[in-house]
Amino acid sequence: MDFNLLINAIFAGLLLGGFYAAVSAGIAIAFGMLDIVNIAHPAFVILGSYIAYTVNINLGVDPILVSILALPAFYALGAFIYQVYYVSFEKRGQESLRGLAFFFGLLFITEVTLILTFGVDYRYVEAAYIGPSIEIGQFELPLRMLVPCVVSLVLFGTIQLFVTRTFLGRAIMAVSQDQLALQLMAADPIRIKRIAFAIAIATASIAGALLIIIQPVEPSVGRDYIGRVFAICVLGGLGSMPGALIAAILLGVVESLTATFYGPSWAPAVSFGFLLLTLAVRPAGLMGR
Amino acid sequence: MNTTTFSTIVAAVGLAVLAYAHWLGVDYFYFAGYTILQFVVLATAWNILGGYCGYVNFGTAAFFALGAYSAVFVHKFHPLPIPVLIVIGAVVSGIVGLGMGYLTLRLRGAFFSIATLAMAVVFQTLVVNWEYVGGSRGAYIIHPENVEFAGYKVHYIEYLFTLMLLLAVIAIVTARTIERSQLGFGFATIRDDELAAEACGVPTLRVKLIATTLSGAFMGMAGAPFPYYIGYVQPQSAFALDYAVNSIAMPMIGGTTSWVGPLVGSILLGSAQQYATVTISSAVNLLIVGLMLVAFVIIAPNGLIGLVQERMRAWRKS
Repeated sequence: MDFNLLINAIFAGLLLGGFYAAVSAGIAIAFGMLDIVNIAHPAFVILGSYIAYTVNINLGVDPILVSILALPAFYALGAFIYQVYYVSFEKRGQESLRGLAFFFGLLFITEVTLILTFGVDYRYVEAAYIGPSIEIGQFELPLRMLVPCVVSLVLFGTIQLFVTRTFLGRAIMAVSQDQLALQLMAADPIRIKRIAFAIAIATASIAGALLIIIQPVEPSVGRDYIGRVFAICVLGGLGSMPGALIAAILLGVVESLTATFYGPSWAPAVSFGFLLLTLAVRPAGLMGR
Repeated sequence: MNTTTFSTIVAAVGLAVLAYAHWLGVDYFYFAGYTILQFVVLATAWNILGGYCGYVNFGTAAFFALGAYSAVFVHKFHPLPIPVLIVIGAVVSGIVGLGMGYLTLRLRGAFFSIATLAMAVVFQTLVVNWEYVGGSRGAYIIHPENVEFAGYKVHYIEYLFTLMLLLAVIAIVTARTIERSQLGFGFATIRDDELAAEACGVPTLRVKLIATTLSGAFMGMAGAPFPYYIGYVQPQSAFALDYAVNSIAMPMIGGTTSWVGPLVGSILLGSAQQYATVTISSAVNLLIVGLMLVAFVIIAPNGLIGLVQERMRAWRKS
């Protein structure tokens, strides 16, 4: 085994895993804390990619800046979706079967709408940091991987600080633990859940921009991420942000090693292996409660 | 109505459809009818787990493609008659269903759903990397133009149509039999309250495993003749998400609590899609399916059957 190849693969995996953290952040909040199985999340990530793409190609604005400007729109979308979800499913106690079908329908609608609007060609963005790379000795750190990784880690850190340090963030943690108790404290759990879910969807905007910096995107790319992000959240332990970060980086490294030594077409199978193994051996995950 | 009478009636309806198709003698009817019947089988199979037990399976495409690729594999090895391939497809998909269920069903329901979704991606990865069954390039299956039956020459597509019709009849009779059996009551208790069911002595894990196995097996059966129907299978078409969304949308639109729902849903949605594919475009018709799925789960949670039942109740009261 070539030593240089190994080290390079590990570095690439670390960067990739850092990026996966951004995609998983939304699921870690929605599924891990609010118990909402939002399988449409990757579709919203792709939506974010296309928004970044459209503005970037037409106006030349940096994709990450676009995604930050689009945050309020995604936040509103998330709040709206939660309201529909709450009124139609949670209130009636039917979230398990029909709620899942609802999100599956959303996933499908988003994907088909994107196909009808943009077609199935791969799209990419242009920015100064796509292309060059930093070389440290024999190792190469491509900026198109490094920048998304750093932004992703900043995003992840912000969310972690938010849920542990601020009042609202702690309320979100509280609602995930005991909704009734929160109600007894005269707080409105529905409002807090709506805010939390809206934040979860808002992360998709940034994750989408990062995705299209890393690789060209077409509408169905999101599907590969469904298994991946849920594998990350389950492996990390539901409700644990640090756990999700560790799991994301672990998955990134293992996928990168698989792609380097066995061929990229095998990489998608890794996440599923992780998921099944976790479910079979330790369903609580690495840092689960 | 007991099961024998019901089976006789369903079989008679099946024969009538076959006779009508034969009398019509249009090849397109067989092609379109085959697709609709395939959805009848898939929707009924999905409903055995999803509707009766309340566990959502997103991996219809995986089970379907497993059936299809088992057929391709056996065909490459040594061509066998399709009914045998259907049995093989059922066994393979049934075993996978059992294994998936065993690993994930001991946990909360959502894990099963997520695992099935991820499973579709993994099986696709396996097939893409498996040169023997064609890899990502796909595999051609060349079938004869006619099949001989006791001296009669039957068009191949008519033969496939008849097989799928038979499968649909079997699936519907099975679904209804389950509904009225002890097993069906076990399913219903799990759907309503799993904890209470367990406390009342329902062996929930075993009952759920029976459901996943049966459901997977029927999906595999529906997939086995697919390579012969389409002539060329390729991972992207066999693993298409369309199967998953359709097999969920059809029972949801029809109504999930009885065998009638998936049947009504698949005939309605299946015919509408055939029509839309020909007149508009296949991407638009998928959008319609997605929109209808979301609309129905929000507005009419019990599907068309539920709407009709409500009407009847209101009408009886007045």
